[in-house]
Amino acid sequence: MTNPSYAPERETSEGKIFTVTGGDWDTVVSGTDPVSDERIIVNMGPQHPSTHGVLRLVLELEGETVRDLRSVVGYLHTGIEKSIEYRNWVQGTTFVTRMDYLAPIFNETAYSLAVEKLLGIEDEITERATTIRVLMMELNRISSHLVWLATTGMELGAISIMLYGFREREYILEIFEMVSGLRMNMAYVRPGGVAQDVPDSAVVKIREFLTMMPKRLKEYEDLLSGQPIWTQRTQGVAVLDVTACVSLGVTGPVLRSAGLPWDLRKTMPYCGYDTYEFDVPTSTDADVWGRYQVRLAEIRESLKLIEQALDRLRPGPVMVRDKKIAWPAQLAIGTDGLGNSLEHVAKIMGQSMESLIHHFKLVTEGFRVPPGQVYVAIEGPRGELGAHAVSDGGTRPYRVHFREPSFVNLQALPAMAEGGMIADVIAGGASLDPVMGGCDR
Amino acid sequence: MVTTTPDKDPVTDAKEPAQRSESANPTNQQATPPSNKPGGGVPVQATPVGATTGAPAELPPSSVAGRGMFGSSGSGDTSGFGGLVRRRVGGGGSERPYGSYFDEVYDALDEAFPGLDDAIEKVVVDRGELTLHVKPERIAEVCRTMRDDESLRFELCSSVSAVDYLGADERRLHVAYHLASMTYRRRVRLEVAVGVEHPHVPSVTQVYPTADWQERETYDMFGVIFDGHPALTRILMPDDWEGHPQRKDYPLGGVPVEYKGAEIPAPDRRRSYQ
Amino acid sequence: MGIEEKLPAGVLLTSVEKLVNWSRKSSVWGATFGLACCAIEMMAAGGPHYDLGRWGMEVFRASPRQADLMIVAGRVSQKMAPVLRQIYDQMAEPRWVLSMGVCASSGGMFNNYAIVQGVDHVVPVDMYLPGCPPRPEMLIDAILKLREKINHEPLGPNGRKMLEQRKERGDVPVVPYGSMPSSYRNDKARRAEWTQAVREGREEQLRIENWMKEERHLQGGGRW
Repeated sequence: MTNPSYAPERETSEGKIFTVTGGDWDTVVSGTDPVSDERIIVNMGPQHPSTHGVLRLVLELEGETVRDLRSVVGYLHTGIEKSIEYRNWVQGTTFVTRMDYLAPIFNETAYSLAVEKLLGIEDEITERATTIRVLMMELNRISSHLVWLATTGMELGAISIMLYGFREREYILEIFEMVSGLRMNMAYVRPGGVAQDVPDSAVVKIREFLTMMPKRLKEYEDLLSGQPIWTQRTQGVAVLDVTACVSLGVTGPVLRSAGLPWDLRKTMPYCGYDTYEFDVPTSTDADVWGRYQVRLAEIRESLKLIEQALDRLRPGPVMVRDKKIAWPAQLAIGTDGLGNSLEHVAKIMGQSMESLIHHFKLVTEGFRVPPGQVYVAIEGPRGELGAHAVSDGGTRPYRVHFREPSFVNLQALPAMAEGGMIADVIAGGASLDPVMGGCDR
Repeated sequence: MVTTTPDKDPVTDAKEPAQRSESANPTNQQATPPSNKPGGGVPVQATPVGATTGAPAELPPSSVAGRGMFGSSGSGDTSGFGGLVRRRVGGGGSERPYGSYFDEVYDALDEAFPGLDDAIEKVVVDRGELTLHVKPERIAEVCRTMRDDESLRFELCSSVSAVDYLGADERRLHVAYHLASMTYRRRVRLEVAVGVEHPHVPSVTQVYPTADWQERETYDMFGVIFDGHPALTRILMPDDWEGHPQRKDYPLGGVPVEYKGAEIPAPDRRRSYQ
Repeated sequence: MGIEEKLPAGVLLTSVEKLVNWSRKSSVWGATFGLACCAIEMMAAGGPHYDLGRWGMEVFRASPRQADLMIVAGRVSQKMAPVLRQIYDQMAEPRWVLSMGVCASSGGMFNNYAIVQGVDHVVPVDMYLPGCPPRPEMLIDAILKLREKINHEPLGPNGRKMLEQRKERGDVPVVPYGSMPSSYRNDKARRAEWTQAVREGREEQLRIENWMKEERHLQGGGRW
């Protein structure tokens, strides 16, 4: 008997034909009671306009009510954690950045903080580097929440919000491009500091953005918050109270919408967040409406943080001083794109033998990290993003595991959705804001 | 100022393997002929002594299953770094007083959990973090005490994952539980070590429901079987996948890439300057 | 595919071919197959800033049966590959596949056990688009090149026969359809420049030279 998980094949006149089905679909379907056909099993497959990315939901429906929900993840599993084990510590940044692709700076910062803790150079990260990290993280938080707003609106039917969200996001992506050279997946925050400095033109653009954004936020609220369809679809939907949240490990806006003001920026501060002035918005509704309010308020708080960070920027180095760790190149744009600045090339080729050696050893071999393990957690837009980094003393990460909020938050979807209607599954899933790249890694 | 120094000075280190190595393997000064070791003879530059933790591209894996799966042979590395012997991860625990809030946590746990000395193998305080190495059979009980006791109150289980310390000793799979206390704003790590032959650990899903998917992922990636888990199945890999990808003796599985006439080997077969 | 395919080779077939190809290329509807980071850039390309609606493509049909173009945007894992094939099989002809990003084209930076090293292992690809992720403008360029390719597709067996005869006569265009970048194709002078460069086999060089000329202001390792 052929293995039911493999696609059966047939030789025909046109060649071999494979019949690809959903693997164990038949066993799943036959699991239900064949006599009473009140319950049907519906597969919201990995390719679906409304599931946030490649998430597969298997729903057992009785009429319109969801009796059982099983989610299948792993359709985007990339083996990033294993790939990092074959790369340098600095190269790990480029891989890690692509996990949760809507919040790349957060992935990089968690990873860099973990590596710096292992290296023991946490106190040597320069003030300017830390401020730039905070600045970029908050910009990334806003852009991630904007994508959330855009896709949630689209999934609930408010399609124009999709266009507005992406319009605002383009501003932020232009800022990212000015600072790091790339719109997404920048590999900008590296162990030791940041890759290159923030140019003055970017600072000007950020200030423009700060003046423009509050008005746009008001537009969104006028568009959505008072609107009866939106309120009916979000209020009282997908409720998850505090006990459920904490026991299921759900953190981030979902936990804060249940009333608990747990924000790692305030409770276990990192990167100097305890010196900034901002509030942690919460709501007591614990439903999709509450999460919507919390995220919009978080965008406002991020704007405050960005302004404070901009005011704190003082000229200074952006990489740690220790030349045996600091990524060597001073990058600049030349006629052939972004690369080593001519001064740096002149220095390593002509002036300083030491610089040449450092550059060579750092780029080919990488720095060595003393053995040990650390766990560093930061507050990402979806919740607690933790990096568990293990080093064996070499130039390569021995094991880096990411505690991704999307992965853990998705476990809560059955708890939110069972007993509700299919449309509420969509709303609940959207309010969790899962990014499948982070979920599957 | 802190600078990173390799664990041993590379220059003098190159001479050490000749004295300490037991087999007749050549040192890194000469070119490396294939060794006559049974089991495939993956050429290495020096026998790793007291080593360590299977840095994949340089050392052969310890189990027969993994031998010959990868390794850069005859690498053009003339840096002299091939003979570097790295210090083992792990080793002894820390002595009391641990410092910071760690003593409090340990004392509270001692009070609340009778027979703590049987359950805890060692305590490590490193880089501002407390790690309790717990015996596998007791982990669920310890977790319950950690969650429920008034002075501990570790309500949030942040992360459950594993690390594969290949080549260290028999119990190479270490499952790490990261607990966070929202009341006291603290973190602690519990670590459980099991071997591949009997990789059973009691599940903590009764205590922390959040560990559900995380234990599934650990099972999928490492093969650690959690007894008492409601539905321990593969979560990231396809259901019929064989093998546990994140283990150190599982190959990376890349393909060589041809680009502009040159062929670049897969990442686990490239030369490495470790 | 209908009566138009059975037309005998000749002027009538050529005219019908032109009409059919024009209508096919002018309104390509994409199937949503956004997987990872490239999907976000694809959504941004559909957004107001880089507007795919200019070419009638802002509509992404969720049902593959109503879609023409499957833009595989993102890394395809081993678990996802059968799903990809199933969606492709469900699409009705004529259908095209654009593999967006390096992960879809070749496995990208993820050369490991979990990622299919190029979706051409699973579905036949008409246009490859490198980038990680490719900018929306690059996606638009790839779509425009694909439209040019669609515009010159032979219609039916007779159309293919005509194409063969043209090839034997040596009546092939210097620049293969779908290979000229859009910024060159839409300007007569630059089009001639590119065609000449292709004749000499140095079109990439031309592109680099022109780019460097435009970026002359950055000479000397300019700072921001």
